[in-house]
Amino acid sequence: MQSDTPDECAAFVANAERHHAAVHRVDPDPDAVASAIADLVAEPAVGVRLPGGLSLPDGVATDPTPADLDAAVTGVTAATLAVADYGSVVVCSDAAGTEAVSLFPDRHVAVVRAGDVVPGMREAMGVLGDRLRAGESAVIATGPSATADMGDLVVGAHGPREVEIVLVEGDRE
Amino acid sequence: MSKPSSRDERAARIRELLETEGDAVAANTRGFNRGRYESTADLDDYESLKAEARSIKEDAIERLPDLIDDLRERVEARGGTVYVADDAADANAYVREVVDGENVVKSKSMTTEELDLNDALEADGARVTETDLGEWVIQLADEEPSHIVAPGIHKSREAIADLFAERFDLAEDDRPETAEELTRFAREKLLTEIETADVGVTGANFLTADSGSLALVTSEGNARKTAVVPDTHVAVAGVEKVIPSVEDLAPFVELIGRSGTGQDITSYVSLFTPPTPSPPVRFGGPDEPIADPGTAGGVGAGEPHPERDFHLVLVDNGRLAMREDDDLRETLYCIRCSACSNSCGNFQSVGGHAFGGETYSGGIATGWEAGVEGLDTAAEFNDLCTGCSRCVPACPVGIDIPWINTVVRDRINRGDHGVGDERRDGDPGDGVAGEFDFLVDGLTPDEEPAGLDPAKRLFGNFETLARLGSATAPLSNRAADLGPVRAAMDRWLGVARERDLPKFERETLVDWFRDRGGPRVSESMARREAVVYPDVYTNHVAVDRGKAAVRTLEALGVRVTVPESAAVGSGRAPLSQGMVETARRKAERCRDALLPEIEAGRDVVVIEPSDLAAFEREYERLLPEADAERLADGSYEALEYVYGLLEHGADAGGLTAAETGRDGDGGETGEPVAYHAHCQQRTLELEAHTVAVLERLGYEVTTSETECCGMAGSFGYKSEYYELSMDVGEPLVEQFGDAERVLASGTSCCEQLDALLGDSIEHPIEAIAPEP
Repeated sequence: MQSDTPDECAAFVANAERHHAAVHRVDPDPDAVASAIADLVAEPAVGVRLPGGLSLPDGVATDPTPADLDAAVTGVTAATLAVADYGSVVVCSDAAGTEAVSLFPDRHVAVVRAGDVVPGMREAMGVLGDRLRAGESAVIATGPSATADMGDLVVGAHGPREVEIVLVEGDRE
Repeated sequence: MSKPSSRDERAARIRELLETEGDAVAANTRGFNRGRYESTADLDDYESLKAEARSIKEDAIERLPDLIDDLRERVEARGGTVYVADDAADANAYVREVVDGENVVKSKSMTTEELDLNDALEADGARVTETDLGEWVIQLADEEPSHIVAPGIHKSREAIADLFAERFDLAEDDRPETAEELTRFAREKLLTEIETADVGVTGANFLTADSGSLALVTSEGNARKTAVVPDTHVAVAGVEKVIPSVEDLAPFVELIGRSGTGQDITSYVSLFTPPTPSPPVRFGGPDEPIADPGTAGGVGAGEPHPERDFHLVLVDNGRLAMREDDDLRETLYCIRCSACSNSCGNFQSVGGHAFGGETYSGGIATGWEAGVEGLDTAAEFNDLCTGCSRCVPACPVGIDIPWINTVVRDRINRGDHGVGDERRDGDPGDGVAGEFDFLVDGLTPDEEPAGLDPAKRLFGNFETLARLGSATAPLSNRAADLGPVRAAMDRWLGVARERDLPKFERETLVDWFRDRGGPRVSESMARREAVVYPDVYTNHVAVDRGKAAVRTLEALGVRVTVPESAAVGSGRAPLSQGMVETARRKAERCRDALLPEIEAGRDVVVIEPSDLAAFEREYERLLPEADAERLADGSYEALEYVYGLLEHGADAGGLTAAETGRDGDGGETGEPVAYHAHCQQRTLELEAHTVAVLERLGYEVTTSETECCGMAGSFGYKSEYYELSMDVGEPLVEQFGDAERVLASGTSCCEQLDALLGDSIEHPIEAIAPEP
């Protein structure tokens, strides 16, 4: 079901941008990934350790306290799935606090592997079905938080106002 | 919410809302509605997604008790609790015990509005804060939501700025003014509340029985914070929100945002399987990391966090009885997207403070309020559904919302529930009422209860009135135009005196056709044979369009008849007044007249779109299925029929083509024409046929962007709704005000456009018909 065909990644990039998120495609080299993240981070920054042998750049504080969360401008997390049709990333609600780190700071940097891009919502729910039945929680996040309740569309309501997606090329591990 | 008890009070309330809230509601709902068209057009499989969503809901409601058991098992296996509350008091008592007077933050939930949960919690001393920005505005203003998705849709940016300044006592220089500033101000205030909250209360858009998860469809991010920051999460949802599996979410996730506000997808679709693994965020506590230090992303992803407490409150409150009710059951398929509100002409003008009950608003609100609160509440606003049917194709689960409104109207008529009696609140002393009893009682054998509102009885029995009107024309027209008569009709029957009344023709279409010597195309030369259905309006009032239809079809080689036997009402008029049994009787009579024609090989050609809509949509509810199907299959809208004839080779040469002009470069240009298709015609997807025929004859057609003209049959004639009706039609003035020539398919559309544009409006068949 997972796929990293060029078409799907291109669709993912286009649709993410349509929903006001920026996508940065990088080679699957840990240093390149860390460097790409570093370029997108405004400090103070908090993050959750990335799975799969990737690491966060210096300047991104892990194990944040509530005060760190409040002060952070950037939050860096992994995303475990992405949906090409909508440019969405799926952020897992885990014991490491990924949900809060992706939510409180003004800028969310999400790191996702190209191999985790699925074509559409049906495929995404196919993957998420097994995960949820195993007890997981997740949010399908598309673009920044937004509201139209104050008389006009405003980007950045309770959640991030900017979403930067680092798309790590190459196969799923 | 005020409960207007008389026609005058109702009219005054509507007038006030048109002035105070109408502009903001109109701008927002029409924007959402345009967004819906654009966003759903991007879906290749829109119709099949809707069908799939519908069938998932049908299945889920069918199996609801089992699904609730499955859901309970899953949630309890993780250490959460599930409580099925019989009614609002039961639900509130449970949540009060959990909250225990502590600080609560909430994300938007219409179900908790239904319960009046905030009041119940505050009575225990709890501090309750709504965190959805629109809902918070409403909470600060101490108002009720006016829209099920955008609760503060009736408030302008300026009004919100004033509200914040007043509530927070802000100095002139500190006042947030722009949408950006107002959002930031609200975010900061609400963040403090979230950080100090003990309990987070959310609703749920969907609950998946196979995983014990709840789906929350939001864009602001407040629901995520509400669910994740405090260690205690209470989710409150109607029992109807349960669907079988996670995979079943797919069509709903694709449809809900597009159908409602026109977003392809909301910023967040949260899928919580509670108690969730997320560590609570203790802002007030010691300065310790929120998670165990060293934890990597994805770790412990399936394990409930040990400090989390989760309660799911499933609310019955009338829903399980709705499940047993054949007419209200469909209401439970509602996913509360607001498409029926945004696509509704009346709602666009006046919003949910008029078109709504205790909690719910818009077309589907009649079903919800009738099921949850009872008929009295539904009766307060049920009239505002005109049956125009524009919500039907908009609804992502295909609910026949006009039918629910019709059935509830019928129950109100029979149940003596308030509004039907309102005329009797008037002054009984001057004896004028008696003069009109003949119209509403004596002449109208119908199947309805004696207490039925006279206006409903009058409009519901228009067929009888039309027969009398033609028989006594022109006297009937002159008498009806007299000032004192109009004043009395206004007062006693609720017929708006501003409206021109239909002018009955002495010579009906049937008379004309007989007197001209019947069919003019011989059987041997005929391409096809057709009956032009002499609906009540065409036969008695708009006779010219009937003649035009006959001439047009004959010019295309069709042997036309207009039999006296077919001059029977379709039942549309009584149906619009909720007179279901009368409508059924008329439908049976109409079937008896038309089916033999179809069996004899004749097509039934219908000029009035609302009558065709009765054949195609409502007859399946009124007649045996096979009869309804045969009649629907054998009937055609007039221009649809012309289109079919032209497509099959008929020669358009005999028809009246557009005048051609020259553009600046000397090329030919078509004659411009503005066209408003009837609302029900568009629901039947028959607008395109008229446009195609007009274009083929050289017209350059601009089609209306307005869902319904506002007249909607008898609605615009009613005194208390006259101003609303005119307001609903206002966008047509904006779009068509400068048009040279305007065409409309419905009789009432033509009359409304006459009134709005001060012009004489033709039916398209009159435009293309050969000269007499």
